[in-house]
Amino acid sequence: MDVRSQVAMVFHLDKCIGCHTCSIACKNIWTDRKGAEYMWWNNVETKPGTGYPSKWEDQDIYKGGWEKRNGKIHLRGAGKRRGLVNIFYNPNLPVIDDYYEPFTYKYLDLIESPEGDDQPTARPVSLVTGKPIDIKMGPNWDDDLGGTPDYARHDPNMKNLSPEEQEVMFQLEKMAFFYLPRICNHCLNPACVASCPSGAIYKRGEDGVVLINQQVCRAWRMCVTACPYKKSYYNWYTGKSEKCILCYPRIEAGLAPACMHSCVGRIRYLGVLLYDASKIEQTASVDEKDLVKSQLDIILDPFDENVIRAAKENGIADSTIHAAQFSPVYKFVKKWGLALPLHPEFRTLPMLFYVPPLLPVMATVKKVDNKEQLDKMHPAAKKWNDNWLYDTSTEELWGSLDQIRFPLKYIASLFSAGDEEMIKDKWKKLMAVRIHRRRVTVGDVSNEKAEEVLRDAGINAETADAIYALTSLPKFEERFVIPAAHREQAIEMMDFTGDTKGDTGFGIKSQVKRGI
Amino acid sequence: MNYLDNFILIALPYLALAVFLIGSIYRYTNRKFQFSSLSSEFLEGRRLFYGSVPFHWGVLFVFCGHLLAFSIPKAILAWNSQPVRLMILEITGFIFGISMLVGLINLVIRRYTTPRLKSVTNYMDLAVYVLLILQTFVGLWIAYNFRWGSSWFSTILTPYLYSIFRLQPDTTAVVLLPWTVKLHIATAFTIIALIPFSRLVHMLVYPLNYLWRPYQQVMWNWNRKKVRSSQTPWSLQRPKNT
Ligand code: HEM
Ligand code: SF4
Ligand code: SF4
Repeated sequence: MDVRSQVAMVFHLDKCIGCHTCSIACKNIWTDRKGAEYMWWNNVETKPGTGYPSKWEDQDIYKGGWEKRNGKIHLRGAGKRRGLVNIFYNPNLPVIDDYYEPFTYKYLDLIESPEGDDQPTARPVSLVTGKPIDIKMGPNWDDDLGGTPDYARHDPNMKNLSPEEQEVMFQLEKMAFFYLPRICNHCLNPACVASCPSGAIYKRGEDGVVLINQQVCRAWRMCVTACPYKKSYYNWYTGKSEKCILCYPRIEAGLAPACMHSCVGRIRYLGVLLYDASKIEQTASVDEKDLVKSQLDIILDPFDENVIRAAKENGIADSTIHAAQFSPVYKFVKKWGLALPLHPEFRTLPMLFYVPPLLPVMATVKKVDNKEQLDKMHPAAKKWNDNWLYDTSTEELWGSLDQIRFPLKYIASLFSAGDEEMIKDKWKKLMAVRIHRRRVTVGDVSNEKAEEVLRDAGINAETADAIYALTSLPKFEERFVIPAAHREQAIEMMDFTGDTKGDTGFGIKSQVKRGI
Repeated sequence: MNYLDNFILIALPYLALAVFLIGSIYRYTNRKFQFSSLSSEFLEGRRLFYGSVPFHWGVLFVFCGHLLAFSIPKAILAWNSQPVRLMILEITGFIFGISMLVGLINLVIRRYTTPRLKSVTNYMDLAVYVLLILQTFVGLWIAYNFRWGSSWFSTILTPYLYSIFRLQPDTTAVVLLPWTVKLHIATAFTIIALIPFSRLVHMLVYPLNYLWRPYQQVMWNWNRKKVRSSQTPWSLQRPKNT
């Protein structure tokens, strides 16, 4: 057992209101620079939708992530052979049009145009060429299902859905969607690190943050291809790749990352997970259907005596072990089994987990014949020619789970590599918490029914209350349990302060040698 | 004419090598952030293929050819002793040279006809293009007109280059070569001198190390295991992180 600690995250999708505050907080701190304008280290997508960059999930196009061949995992579009052969021209590199061409407006024209008959307008100009452009795409062009025929209908996750199920989704485009905020997952088996020919990308041992050393990056641009989440971006101006740094300067100071701190829906949780680093490759190489389970298995129980001992032997600070025991991420992911990784089938072992959204689920769509109704309406009335009924009654306990508005298969293709039972299990728990809390607060649910639901979901009332508390009422310190960085020890190691104490005194790094 | 010969064949090489060495080392140690291939594929990802790929494979082969003639002249001469083998060598070399030239021309056209690329193009790019095209063109001209280059390179140029590196420049044989060859030599050393000031530095950092490093890289700010133990002394090896 080789215990390491990882700063991991949980995003509770039911709580995301799609306000993009997180994206703006991140942009204002890190990517408001030339060459980085198009980068959104944090972005929020509407699902169903094609996302950013367009169709990033479709690895037939982008060739990102790992694939299993002959029992071993290989990078799909990069790696030692492919990377070095394709170094002069990377055939799988997304280009700026796959994201969008960044733009601004000539605001000064509004003020400085000469007097005339027409209102002055602020024309859009490209931030790459500086010339006026026709804006064809923006970072959230498909927000809230805008432009569905071009975007939502081309969502790569629809691939496995039958035409009938897709039809239900198209029906849904009028009423159901959810938001998917994404940042770099700071994976345990990062494809970006493995793909970098110059070795510029590395995972930090202490907290697992994945970083690109800007001094070593040589613009071989393989990480952009390799990251299946497209969270490594190429800065076209500096000729260096950049990615989310999990606001490590903030984390080291005990602050929450900017996106998480600013999150309006308070959907974000951050905390330590202890894991067994000796099992990473093995975990990433299992069959697709076992991937989620094996990824959860690699995470260790921070209360287990053996784990604690092994962690201490590995030099993990007591404060970090303590943080792991109070980690909200551990609770959501392991203790309650509510959160799942996004697209586990990419095999990078992402350390950002999502509580799958229940909201678009709790109602059904039934095909009905509305002709009779329509005929009764006044001839002048506006008529909708749809034969679908949006039904929110919950007569049966789990009835709606089987005929939900969002095909299970769609959510399963996002969060469980297609395993529908796994999603169902999470939804049952989420629903049980709601029914239980309704019994407590409103009181119109009978005790028997609530108990039956809880039993069926495999949790008890106490757990349901705990889930409810951490979901709906958490304080800042409960959402973010950030381990101390112990920089004081790091500085001692880097700068030999002990040695210089008896020589030049603290603060002076170079040895004093007279005359040199 | 003699002054010019001396400048091109003696002064320029030493100047260029000095500038190259000092400049590259300075840039690598002090301006590391600027070491980059400055890829422009992100802004234009289709036509680059027809430029970068033929150019780079061409330049790599041609460069290795020159290197071989420089480092193992006897073997080259032995290989060339049979006309068939000589032809094979010369023709493949010529084809790769053509590939280089075609690639270069495609790169130039691409760069100056794509509006987006204007924002990442500077005068140094132009200088590099002009020099490389000149060098490739003159090289092909020489290969075509003064046959067979692979043989006389090994007998005339190799000793001359050796004499440069031995710090006893001997130009008696080279001065008799046609002016095109002298131009080729002059441009070659100019390009070498330009390396530290242009994107050409990228060829110095070819990531060979990738072949034998493990895929995953974990880096520690400091070694906590040792910090915890009271038996380790203060001074440990500094972690290397650049
Ligand atoms: C050692 C192996 C080399 C590697 C791995 C390499 C790699 C690269 C890469 C990745 C690019 C960026 C292409 C893009 O825009 O995406 C590039 C561009 C370039 N390379 Fe190399 N290169 C090598 C050797 C050379 C040599 C020997 C020369 C010339 C003497 C050279 C001259 C150039 C030029 C002029 C460009 C600019 C192309 C353009 O954008 O117009 N390279 N190289
Ligand atoms: S999400 Fe992408 S960029 Fe982030 S660690 Fe994983 S592979 Fe690397
Ligand atoms: S700030 Fe929070 S609620 Fe708003 S879009 Fe971002 S993740 Fe969702």
